[in-house]
Formats: sequence, C-alpha cells, structure tokens
Amino acid sequence: MTGFGRYILFLGSLVVRMESFKTYYRLTLEECVQIGLKSVWLVALVASFMGAVTTVQTAYNMVSPLIPRYVISQVVREMTILELAPTIIAVIFAGKVGSSMAGGLGTMRITEQIDALEVMGINSASYLVLPKIIASLLMYPLLVVVAGVSSMVAGYLVGGITGIITPTDYIYGIRFYFDDYSVTFAMIKSFVFAFLISSVSSFKGYYTTGGALEVGIATTAAVTTSVIAVLTADYLLAQLLYVR
Amino acid sequence: MLKINHISKSFGGKPVIQDISGEFKKGLTNLIIGSSGTGKSVLLKCIVGLINPDEGNVFYDLRNFTEADKEMKAEIRREIGMLFQGGALFDSKTVEGNVMFPLDILTKMPMEEKLDRVNFCLQRVGLENVNKKMPSEISGGMKKRVGIARAIVNNPNYLFCDEPNSGLDPQTSILIDDLIGEITHEFDITTIVVTHDMNSVMGIGEQIMFLHKGRKLWEGSNKDITHSGVEELHDFVFSNKVMQSLKEKG
Repeated sequence: MTGFGRYILFLGSLVVRMESFKTYYRLTLEECVQIGLKSVWLVALVASFMGAVTTVQTAYNMVSPLIPRYVISQVVREMTILELAPTIIAVIFAGKVGSSMAGGLGTMRITEQIDALEVMGINSASYLVLPKIIASLLMYPLLVVVAGVSSMVAGYLVGGITGIITPTDYIYGIRFYFDDYSVTFAMIKSFVFAFLISSVSSFKGYYTTGGALEVGIATTAAVTTSVIAVLTADYLLAQLLYVR
Repeated sequence: MLKINHISKSFGGKPVIQDISGEFKKGLTNLIIGSSGTGKSVLLKCIVGLINPDEGNVFYDLRNFTEADKEMKAEIRREIGMLFQGGALFDSKTVEGNVMFPLDILTKMPMEEKLDRVNFCLQRVGLENVNKKMPSEISGGMKKRVGIARAIVNNPNYLFCDEPNSGLDPQTSILIDDLIGEITHEFDITTIVVTHDMNSVMGIGEQIMFLHKGRKLWEGSNKDITHSGVEELHDFVFSNKVMQSLKEKG
C-alpha cells in the first residue's frame, strides 16, 4: 500500500511546477519518435505472426464441415481487435518501451542527472515523465491499429497461400457481423494500458537508488509490475465494458 | 553570502550530520573537507535542497531556503550552479546542448545570444571544438569542465562542487581546482567545494570547514590548517604522503 501511495503522489507531482508548453511540446514529439515510430516494425512483425498463427490454429480446430470457412477470419478479427492487438502488444510494449523508460530514468537517477535538474529548479518528475506518458497515450493506440491491420493482413496472406481459406471467404468473414463497438473497446483499452505501462515504468525508474544492479532490478520490476497492471486492467475493463 | 544554522540530518535513526553551523563568504572558495563518510556530501545536499535537513536552516543572502515555499525554492535554485561528482551531464544531449540547457529552460534568450554565451563558457573552461560531441565521447576531465561550464552559464550567485577531483589524474585535478578558484574570483560568487583532496585544500582552500563524524570540528583557511591544534584534522591532513614528507622536512 505504501508503494501505491507513493505512485499516486508521484502522479500528482507530474502536474505541479510545470515548465512552458513549448518545452513539453518538443519533449513529447521526441518521445513520440522514440516510443511510437521506433516500435512500429516490432509491433507489425509480432502482430503479423499472431494473425498468421491464429488463422492456422483456428482452421486446425474447425473440424466440422458444417461450419463455414469464413468463420476463421471472423475469429481472427474478433481475437485481434479485442485481445491480441491491445493486450498482447501491451506486453511487448512493456518489454520494449517500459523497460527503456525505467532503465533510462534509473540511470539518470544514479548518475545524478535528476539531481542536476532539481538543483536548476526544474520539477524533474514533470519534465522527464509527463512527456513520456503523453507520448504513450498518443502513440500506443496507433500501434494497436498497426497491430490489428498487420494481424488481419497476415491472416489473409497465410490463409490464401496455404489454401486454408480463400481470399473471398476471408474478406467476407472479416466483414461478417462486424460490430464497431469492439474497436471502441480496443481503443479504451489502449489508452488505459498506455497510461499504466508508461506511468508504472517511469515510477519504478524514477525512484531507483543504488547502482547499475539496482537499475537492472528496477527495469525488471517495471516490466513485471506493468504487465500485471495491464492484465488486471484487462479483466476489469472486460467486466465493465461488456455490460451494455 | 550563504549561512547554515544548526543543520542536523539522520538516516534510519542514525545521525549523519549534527548541529552544523557556519558562513560561506562571497568571492571566496569555501571548502567542506573531511574523510569519507563524515557527511560532507549530505551537508551539501541539505544546502542545495536535494535533502531536507531534520533540523536547522539554510539562508541564501538572508532568504530562508529551508522554510521557503516551492516557488521561492525554485527561484533560489535558479541562482545556483552545481558541479556533480560524475559531471551529471545529460547523456542524450551534446556538450553544447548540456551547457545550453539552463538557458533553454530558465531564460528567453534568442538562440544566437545563447550560442554566444555557451561558447564563452566553454572557452572559459578551456574547451573548444567539442560543441557537437556527446558526453560519452569525451574524457572524465572534459566532462568536469563541461559540468563547470553548465554550472556557470546562467551567471549563478552560488557555485557548488561535489568532489570535483574524484577520478581525475593529479594534473587535471589541479586544472579543475584552479578553474574553480578563478571563476569564483572572476564572477564574485559564493563557491562551496566538498572534497577530501589535500591538493585542493592547499591550492584553493580560502575558507575551510572540517567535518569529523558528522560534526564540525574546525574552521579556518589553508594557511592555518597545518597548525590547527585539532588532532583529528592533524591526522586527516598528514595522512597524505606528500604532506607527511613536507612535515618531516620541517
């Protein structure tokens, strides 16, 4: 509970004694490149394999001739939009971006770079962390969109190449009974996960004490804690948002 | 002028510094000396506000820093320049970016003026043609000089240096010491240096505060340090081989 209390105080400290809008604007753009653009290929690659594997495994498990083949792509669509794109990519995001945030901030802490900011009269938490959170909120939903598209395109290609499902059936299944609420649901999840990963990882990194060993420990803790937070939030959001 | 009144700080119930008072004069190089673990760096961090003292107050030209609100603290901190033990340069910025950083954040100077000021400060610390290098591409001594340039770029009234010679060879140490001394006199600022290096003590110690086991035991200048009459200080000063041989030679 002490840790949670410190986390809440840490979040509060992000919005006091702030620097100029121009400063945050420039820092946020830099973070968008680091967090978003530099993750696009990894996200697209992972999502493509997820889509391909989901297509193959769904086809393998559909043994009844009574079930039409387009159900494969329908399953790929639902799984991708609701879980694979927002949640599995969140785990990847925590591993890549969350660890980088915690490691970077932890190193800044132990090499006194954060102290240097404080001595200059700058609110180091706000200056260093707020742009990371804003950039994550802006870029993660876009990464989820990239993941969703990559996954479904990969399913289409694998289905067509292996003969599991015809391109016509695949497109039909993707469009069949499409409910756009699932996209809204995925976007809500994306914002929540982006906030959790960026804030928890930054919190772990910002309060690192000690040396290189402790930076490593903080980085590991950042990834594990944010993944647990994401999975918990995933369950809670499912409970909350499926009730319509 | 900077004044500290009865500063005490404990960690986990263990007192690290106890009831330390003193004045650090403007235009002088003020040294805080003592063996490792005597609380020098903790005292310095209490003075700059990185650690809140349990008791006592710090006054920056009669402004009570310890009891000031956040706005006032931020205002006072903008008059402070600090050189950290490892330089504390921002890894993601070039040398020029590091030195320009306080100007970017704290002033509204046009870019041309900022560049002039950065180049002046880099020249002042003896660095030229390194503007575009990253901190990882320069030596430890150069990092310290960049740290000094960053500390003075905003015309501070107070300059703090935490172990400026640690990890440096003797020649570079002397260069850094001389630079700190020259800057103090040239810009007429209040400089406080934390060190356990006897070369620094003898070289630039115009006003010295000696700490032992978290307490202030002696205050004076480098001229008086060898005949202070304080046993602990005597042991500290003459633990250095060079000082020992000087003593033996009379």
